[in-house]
Amino acid sequence: MNDIVTAIDWSRAQFAMTAMYHWLFVPLTLGLGLVVAIMETIYAKKKLNPDTPQTEVNEWLDLTKFWMRLFGINFAIGVATGIVLEFEFGTNWSNYSWFVGDIFGAPLAIEGIFAFFCESTFFAVMFFGWEKFSIRQHCAATWLTAFGASLSAWWILVANSWMQHPVGMDFDPDQMRNVMTSFVDVALSPTAVNKFCHVITSSWALGACFVISVSGWYLLRGRHTQFAINSIKVAGIVGMVGIIGTMITGDSSAVQVSQDQPMKLAAMEGLYEGKQGADLIGFGILNPNKKWDDDQDAMLMEIRFPKGLSILSRHDPDAFVPGIKDIIEGRDIVDGKEINTVNYNERILRGRIAQKALRDYNQAREYKDSIGMDNARAKLAKHYQFFGYGYFGKVDEAIPSVAMTFYPFHIMVILGSWMLAFLLATVWIVFRRREWIGYRIVGHPVYPWLAIITAPIAWVCSQCGWIVAELGRQPWAIQDIMPVQAAISSVGSGNVKLTFFIFLFLFTSLLVAEIGIMLKQIKDKK
Amino acid sequence: MTYEFLQEYWWFLISVLGALLVFLMFVQGGQSLLLQKNINNRTREMLLNSIAHRWELTFTTLVTFGGAFFASFPLFYSTSFGGAYWVWMLILFTFVVQAVSYKYRNADGNRLGRETYDKFLIANGIIAPVLLGGAVCTFFYGSDFTVQMDNLTKDPMTTGNVISTWGQYHGLEVLLNWRIVCFGVMVLFLTRIQALMWFINQIDDNDIQEWSRRQIIINTAVFLVLFLVSIYALLTATGLKTVDIHQFQIIRYRYLLNMVQIPAALVAFLVGTLLVLGGIVWTILNTRFRNGIWLTGTGTVLVVLALFWIAGYNDTPYYPSCTDINSSLTIYNSSSSRFTLETMSYVSLAIPFVFAYIAWVWYKLVK
Repeated sequence: MNDIVTAIDWSRAQFAMTAMYHWLFVPLTLGLGLVVAIMETIYAKKKLNPDTPQTEVNEWLDLTKFWMRLFGINFAIGVATGIVLEFEFGTNWSNYSWFVGDIFGAPLAIEGIFAFFCESTFFAVMFFGWEKFSIRQHCAATWLTAFGASLSAWWILVANSWMQHPVGMDFDPDQMRNVMTSFVDVALSPTAVNKFCHVITSSWALGACFVISVSGWYLLRGRHTQFAINSIKVAGIVGMVGIIGTMITGDSSAVQVSQDQPMKLAAMEGLYEGKQGADLIGFGILNPNKKWDDDQDAMLMEIRFPKGLSILSRHDPDAFVPGIKDIIEGRDIVDGKEINTVNYNERILRGRIAQKALRDYNQAREYKDSIGMDNARAKLAKHYQFFGYGYFGKVDEAIPSVAMTFYPFHIMVILGSWMLAFLLATVWIVFRRREWIGYRIVGHPVYPWLAIITAPIAWVCSQCGWIVAELGRQPWAIQDIMPVQAAISSVGSGNVKLTFFIFLFLFTSLLVAEIGIMLKQIKDKK
Repeated sequence: MTYEFLQEYWWFLISVLGALLVFLMFVQGGQSLLLQKNINNRTREMLLNSIAHRWELTFTTLVTFGGAFFASFPLFYSTSFGGAYWVWMLILFTFVVQAVSYKYRNADGNRLGRETYDKFLIANGIIAPVLLGGAVCTFFYGSDFTVQMDNLTKDPMTTGNVISTWGQYHGLEVLLNWRIVCFGVMVLFLTRIQALMWFINQIDDNDIQEWSRRQIIINTAVFLVLFLVSIYALLTATGLKTVDIHQFQIIRYRYLLNMVQIPAALVAFLVGTLLVLGGIVWTILNTRFRNGIWLTGTGTVLVVLALFWIAGYNDTPYYPSCTDINSSLTIYNSSSSRFTLETMSYVSLAIPFVFAYIAWVWYKLVK
């Protein structure tokens, strides 16, 4: 394996590792931020109402401050991992930074100017402003911190969505890069809007599961029972809204992916040969020897839901869903008619034509040959949509890892379904059947244990969602425009390998430290 | 708005963010002072408490500085970050550990121990100013890179297609350039002086006030030597002048000429220097004077602004290439498109409002 290949793999590994660590903390910040803001609002309302008994006011103040403390511990490490992600676009993906920096940089800058300053300023008020600001002002600061975190998520998801579905730009051969032509298209693309809603609502669900899980532990220990019940009430509502929102936006995501990234959808389902009325696989085991162009079965075993995939991806039980082979060979059926899309061999060919046209354009410009420039520009424009394919040697290189997309997708769906059931049940129990909280089977209280195990489930589910989104997009850094091998920096693999392990050590140590502090705070709560 | 105006406007905004960042690095300067042996536990906690709630602002300014550079001058982001790999990575490592240290060092259940986090803070306090100062100094003395746009159409798997290629040391070569090292260490001592001024301003404790004033004298002595050497080296340095968008010629005393030819930079530099020195002298001589931080802070911002201006304006490439001068980056050949700069310029109109609410909140917090 040559050094370039190794450098690509280590750069990918480093970015993936940073993103996965970052995503351990960010959804908790987003979810817990909302929970704390709601709790403080309840506290503020009670405090400002002279008829509320002081014990009740104190109860909600205690609730707010406790969860705020955990929010603060988590916030710091989320910030630490976040800065690395931003800078890694430059350090490890320098070609990428130039090729699409004109579009991609703007959301990051706006995120800094608006969201980060908002978060960091009002975060300080949250923690150090209890005595210096009025109750209303402090409560507003807590909401603004939660809002700032969400705003930050908005802009980074705009950037990420653009990588999944690039819009609002043109390629400029004079500058050898893509340039933005519509900020509105970039900032408000349907992919970005949907992704934001999906990520935010799923983070609410995760934050809620965390609160319920910790509360479940108190219930199990018979400590702070009223505190735990109040926490579960707030978190239950947030979690229920969050998980329902996640399901709805997840459905929209599937439709978008089927339109914009059909290869990703095929990989998510391990679908090699498409069909009308395609089944959805509930769970299955992939055949590891399966190649896209052989006749082996794709699955060793599976549980299927008839026509489920057609319904999920096209909202039509009889719709055709193309498989990997169909996409590579350029086959699809739309409105009952078989149509030819551009097959991958042709895409590679046209990508190379586009790249050659770009070289010709530069040469013509050097010689001030305006006719040559016009011809090359026209050819480039005609084939630019397949520019990125020109970097591939053969079609196999354009297929994502099916196993790394299929399994996380199904794990996400199964665990997400558990979260839906659990959170709906939680709201029902805590508001209508409180006595069920103490229900025991063979001497063990059921609800607290289920609550405790749901927090790690939520994290695994959330991580799987990102694995599907990012690995399903591979080998593209930017869908159809730039594959990862064309996006890297000129740093040798040894350097990247070393920084990978330094970050791994740092992040792991800090994660252990964070968990230790969190557990101590939870255990020692007075 | 013309394209040139937008490019110059964004360089101005970058210089404002850079200047504020250098000022706000008094947090790092304060952390580096933990290394002093004669600090007892009580003093250390008081010093750290006074800067503890400011680190987020410095951190956020750094992130915004990076984001703004990415949005407005992506070719610099691509070239410098991807090339001076180790410089940026070392900066990142120390900021990662700094971000958690204030929150975790005294927390119950802190398994790494307070001392570990204090070492993290010291590492960040020393390394970040030196390397960020050094990175900014490469705006004058250049780096070891070439930019070849045509590479984009080459085969990435065999020949490689990276447009910005660097020497094998990936930024560590700056450690061999005495002028850059001198500049970086100067920035470190400046941040230490600012931190001491901050302590005097914020902490009502006679011992700390007295200790800080003594420390200011020692740190100023070192800072002054480094400052004079750095400025002399800079003003006598050879630089580049833009002939065409990717063609440059070598000019002697480039930055001295820029200082003279850009009156705003000259005024900012002179006034800034006077404010920094005035703040220091006044603080040393008058033991009841506690507002030196605002004089030196303003002075620092002005001096850094002047340095950014002479680095990037007046047809000067702000990122000279030592390997191939025609690969040097100017604000005109490395910027975003006109559309993006214009769009971002509208966004930038909100910056004063952002500063206003930050100022109001901090005023309320420290009142």
